[in-house]
Amino acid sequence: MTAEVSAEVLARIQFAFTVSFHIIFPAFSIGLASYLAVLNGAWLWTKDGRYLSLFNYWKKIFAVAFGMGVVSGIVMSYQFGTNWSVFSDKAGPVVGPMMAYEVLTAFFLEAGFLGIMLFGRQRVGDGLHMLATFMVAFGTLISATWILAVNSWMHTPAGFSIAENGQFVPEDWWQIVFNPSFPYRLVHMVLAAYLTTALVVGGASAWQLLRTPGHPVSKKSLSMAMWMLVIVAPIQIFAGDQHGLNTLEHQPAKIAAMEGHFESHEGGVPLVLFAIPDQENQELDYALEIPHLGSLILTHSWEGQIPALSEFPIEDQPPVWIVFWSFRVMVALGFAFLGLGLWGLWARWRGWLYHDPWLLRASVALGPTGFVAVLAGWITTEVGRQPWTVYGLLRTSDSHSPLDLPALTTSLIGFVVVYFFVFGAGTFYLLRMMRKAPDTPRLGLRDGPIRTAGIMPGPAQPRDQRSD
Amino acid sequence: MFGLELSFIWAGIIAFAVLVYVILDGFDLGVGILFPLAKTEQDRDVMMNSVAPIWDGNETWLVLGGGGLFAVFPLAYAVVMPALYVPIILMLLALIFRGVAFEYRWRTKRWKRLWDFAFFGGSLVAAFSQGMALGGLVQGIEVVNRGYAGGWWDWLSPFSLLTGLAVTTGYALLGATWLVMKLEGDIHDKMRRIAQPLGLATLVFLGLVSIFTPLQDEVYFQRWFSGGSLAFVVVVPVLVLLCAAGLWKGLRGGGDHLPFFSALGFFVLGFIGIGISFYPMIVPPSLTIVEAAAPDSSLGFALVGTVILIPIILAYTAYAYWVFRGKIDPSEGYH
Repeated sequence: MTAEVSAEVLARIQFAFTVSFHIIFPAFSIGLASYLAVLNGAWLWTKDGRYLSLFNYWKKIFAVAFGMGVVSGIVMSYQFGTNWSVFSDKAGPVVGPMMAYEVLTAFFLEAGFLGIMLFGRQRVGDGLHMLATFMVAFGTLISATWILAVNSWMHTPAGFSIAENGQFVPEDWWQIVFNPSFPYRLVHMVLAAYLTTALVVGGASAWQLLRTPGHPVSKKSLSMAMWMLVIVAPIQIFAGDQHGLNTLEHQPAKIAAMEGHFESHEGGVPLVLFAIPDQENQELDYALEIPHLGSLILTHSWEGQIPALSEFPIEDQPPVWIVFWSFRVMVALGFAFLGLGLWGLWARWRGWLYHDPWLLRASVALGPTGFVAVLAGWITTEVGRQPWTVYGLLRTSDSHSPLDLPALTTSLIGFVVVYFFVFGAGTFYLLRMMRKAPDTPRLGLRDGPIRTAGIMPGPAQPRDQRSD
Repeated sequence: MFGLELSFIWAGIIAFAVLVYVILDGFDLGVGILFPLAKTEQDRDVMMNSVAPIWDGNETWLVLGGGGLFAVFPLAYAVVMPALYVPIILMLLALIFRGVAFEYRWRTKRWKRLWDFAFFGGSLVAAFSQGMALGGLVQGIEVVNRGYAGGWWDWLSPFSLLTGLAVTTGYALLGATWLVMKLEGDIHDKMRRIAQPLGLATLVFLGLVSIFTPLQDEVYFQRWFSGGSLAFVVVVPVLVLLCAAGLWKGLRGGGDHLPFFSALGFFVLGFIGIGISFYPMIVPPSLTIVEAAAPDSSLGFALVGTVILIPIILAYTAYAYWVFRGKIDPSEGYH
């Protein structure tokens, strides 16, 4: 292995490692920020104390997750320069302004209003506090929009020319931002964030209900999470299918790898349920297939053909094994989420949503798997892009920094040690926070029955439930 | 011609973002550096709560500085980041520890001291790394064929160690004067006492860096000691002395706000000094602002939004500071 290859490999491992950690936190905080805005709004609208309890409870969890997202995100923003300087020089004129807009329109908004959302209810009053909560949620969505525009452009580049010095020169920003795969990726990612959060909220609520049966606040959050799941999971499956069709159009080699489709099949493409891809010999071992179903899903016809991997030079093929399996993990989990949502719906109809121990246990078990699905989906799409950083135009092997190997090795070790320690501790704190049920709302004077009965309350009653 | 102007406008905006970062995150890193000086649990709580609602916004200017450089001077970004690899990575790792400490230290009893230490250590290492990165940039970066051409320890020199110490000391001064402004009682008095030697040390470091900077590069020397810039050579030190007088007066009982703003003056003036040295380079001695600039289509697109958004950001940032104005109430906090 030459030094050149090793530097690339180390830079790739480092990027994959840091971005895998990073993607987990936004996936959670995008969904949770919207959830908090809904809870805060519901509290202001209904004055139902359960919403305020939930807001104060998930707010603290959000703060920890958001903190981890911020610090891991700062690493990402600098890593383009430290480890991928050739990419930065060449693609910077296109990618850079979009990321600058992410900072200007999203990060400042989140950071500016986060303090008010966490600390400021008493200082600014309910209305402005609601505005701050909304701004934080809005900021997370704007952030997702820009970063997915960047990411999508790297998959389906559009709206540029290439200068003599090798730089990509923006020609049409409309085409760059709204590049062909952007809408599909954005929808798929935001829905994934909402699903992930619904699973975590549902899992934590189910755990609390197993330990404290009938807890009114946990019942509320379980109910909300289950509604979210049953509504979003089918939409996500549909959106994923549309995204797949878009990928087939623009990155056929990725689809072929996802399907394990080495050779074209006479009469129609099967759907491979299980197989061991053997990229060296360009074949699938131990394949368990359903005939024609691949054609049906991807081309909506019985005998439709899709490009096979054999049509691409082997040096232009993505690593098949990884893409093939990560895709299957993501899809299987997606259907599991749908199943849980439908189970919840049925249990709700039968009236045992809050007490069916098996449903609650299944919710707990699936609680963290949204993250697994997000990671699997991310691996599918990003590994499927290889061997390119800008698809078809700039190779990964031509993108990394001219760095000495010891520098990359040391920094990689540093990141691995620090991330496992810091984010391990954070995960531990999050789990411990979620294990404990939210406070049961005390009936305050404002909404309680005491006042309506015209009886003076006893001494030292809290004015209301504002405990933050 | 228009393109030329765009790149200079952008150089000004990036410089502004970095300056705002230095003066905003400077004081909250300084609070972290001073953390071990607090002897009681409550003192540490109020020190941290004095910056907890705003530190995240402050640090975002660092992302804007880096992201802005990437957007409009991608070649400079691609050269500087590998050249300053070690201090940048050290800074990032340090900021991780420091950033999570804000939440973690409230989530554990047994490990609270660990996260206290992470807050202090992270702030210290981040400040020192930023100072060393500055020194590494000032002493020059070698560029061949659109890429960094040196080794991964080239940035390390007596000069970069000096700038590392200078920035760390300066941040500590900012932190101390911020706490003078935001706290009350014993810890307030203690910070007032500590700010005096810190102010003196910052002044000494400012002098040392000013003496050694022109010796790093022939161009700097010419710039500072010939022709038109001579006016600045006289004006900047006079203004520094004015700030020093303000700091002294404030710390001797002339109000709780004066020391902080005098200390900020040191940083603004030091920053202007570096700007005078650099211009029109962006990566001395190899790359000029024009050479490193992205195509006009990038500069223009990014500029439209930036010009509109920066005033809005400054407005709501100011509002957030306004919401949390005044002395810290020890009983407040959401944890």
